[in-house]
Amino acid sequence: MSELTQLTLAEARDGLKARKFSSAEITRAYIAAIEAARPLNAFILETPEKALEMAAASDARLAKGDGGPLEGVPLGIKDLYCTRDVQTTAASRILTGFVPPYESTVTSHLWRDGAVMLGKLNLDEFAMGSANETSAFGPVISPWRVAGSDVKLVPGGSSGGSAAAVAAHLCAAATATDTGGSIRQPAAFTGTVGIKPTYGRCSRWGIVAFASSLDQAGPIARTIEDAALMLQSMAGHDPMDTTCADLPVPDYRAAAGRGVKGLKIGIPEEYRVDGMSGEILALWNRTADYLKDAGAEVVPVSLPHTRYALPAYYIVAPAECSSNLARYDGVRYGLRVPGKDIIDMYEKTRAAGFGREVRRRILIGTYVLSAGYYDAYYERARKVRTLIKRDFEDVYASGVHAVLTPATPTAAFPVGESARQTDPVEMYLNDVFTVTVNMAGLPGLSVPGGFDSRGLPLGMQLIGRPFDEETLFAAGQVIENAVGRVRYPEKWW
Amino acid sequence: MPVDTATVKRIARLARLAVDDKDVPHLQNELNSILAFVEQLNEVNVDNVEPMTSVTPMEMKKRQDGVTDGGYADLVTRNAPESEDHFFVVPKVVE
Repeated sequence: MSELTQLTLAEARDGLKARKFSSAEITRAYIAAIEAARPLNAFILETPEKALEMAAASDARLAKGDGGPLEGVPLGIKDLYCTRDVQTTAASRILTGFVPPYESTVTSHLWRDGAVMLGKLNLDEFAMGSANETSAFGPVISPWRVAGSDVKLVPGGSSGGSAAAVAAHLCAAATATDTGGSIRQPAAFTGTVGIKPTYGRCSRWGIVAFASSLDQAGPIARTIEDAALMLQSMAGHDPMDTTCADLPVPDYRAAAGRGVKGLKIGIPEEYRVDGMSGEILALWNRTADYLKDAGAEVVPVSLPHTRYALPAYYIVAPAECSSNLARYDGVRYGLRVPGKDIIDMYEKTRAAGFGREVRRRILIGTYVLSAGYYDAYYERARKVRTLIKRDFEDVYASGVHAVLTPATPTAAFPVGESARQTDPVEMYLNDVFTVTVNMAGLPGLSVPGGFDSRGLPLGMQLIGRPFDEETLFAAGQVIENAVGRVRYPEKWW
Repeated sequence: MPVDTATVKRIARLARLAVDDKDVPHLQNELNSILAFVEQLNEVNVDNVEPMTSVTPMEMKKRQDGVTDGGYADLVTRNAPESEDHFFVVPKVVE
């Protein structure tokens, strides 16, 4: 394994700027690591030629003393981001052959700042899943294993390719997206840092839509500092997305060094759910102590509607999904299966193109929006959503700056386990700690908190006030300093 | 409110998803398990609660109603499964 792939994004960036090595060198090191890691199935498409072209352009800029904040740094891109003239699949058969003629705003920000694209990362189909097992391109395998076992574990989902690639040192950092936990849960499963910023912090333009009122872009990286540098480039106003906030982007890297002295951190009682492992409870208490030791005040808080977030989410998200995915009709792009008339063509195309989980969510969404059921389900869920948001508003109004919770109820589980579950609700329970944040539109950060007795990483989640990602980076840095840098698994694949 | 097999077929039709008859009972079970799970929302008192329309309060930006983009029909149609002279080709819809 090359030394260059072991660097953090910040170290790589500084080394490139100081011309200790070239972008071509670090890019080639990552390309070799990716080729050697095909058994993990983290990439749907590798783009080595494009990467080397971009690296050469970066090297030319660096030679002149120019270059952006991410100049020459090789990244992985979740295959939900449209990339100009590079196949984009959303891990679905229905987008077979789709080559976008445009670039998503977030990726265009990264290229503007000098980053290099290594390829497109695997994910759950249309970002619907929590184990990266609904992908039409097969599951992603986590680089993590229990010591002495060769049982393959999931990297979490939906940004499973992003999380696995970052943890396996196949890219310096990766883009991801989060609708109900799809950045924070895989980050927790792989010992990486993931942040879902406030709804509206990043543009959604050019990212394949799942549930538009919940979707947000964010990074997965190996350190808090790296995640801060990534979000710095990804965020910012975009007139192409009317929900994208017209606010200045603060200096996140500087914020990470602020410390937590004088901050009030809330611990919500409602997150102590039945069946939560003692290990996670102990870790949660220990993490609160780290923050206390660094000068924060830790207080109990109440978020009384927490338990209703998941059922409300499983109405709102499928409703928006059924509406967004209506565009896949076999006419303008992607797969077409011929039929005896146009309706038959639509029905056959969509049945063949969408996988089981996506079809299930479209059906639920269609049902809850259909005449006679709209008020009972969708309207009620939107009201519950108001109450969930109000819970957080009350806590923040009482002077609390951020809320600390576990990121997931368990560590990573074996590949194939979710397929054996006959009840889809079992899989949905993975998102119990993360969906509240999407429902309330708040920023949420997952940071490694420690390991379970089998050596698998566990993540802690920090939830912030709207547009206050800075406090999350500051508190996340304190936790990272206390826990120590994660030692990622040695290559076994 | 559990769904019956006729409802599953009706919803699939509305969603434009072809469903094999043999898959209907299986889908019916899955849908009913999700609907049973969301049933707990009925415990919540939502009297006088406004349904959420926008998660971050913001004023919708407006722009001039003018053409700002376009003029590249070849790019628009290049991903189509079937196209002809910059038109999307579909099965006959009018007899």
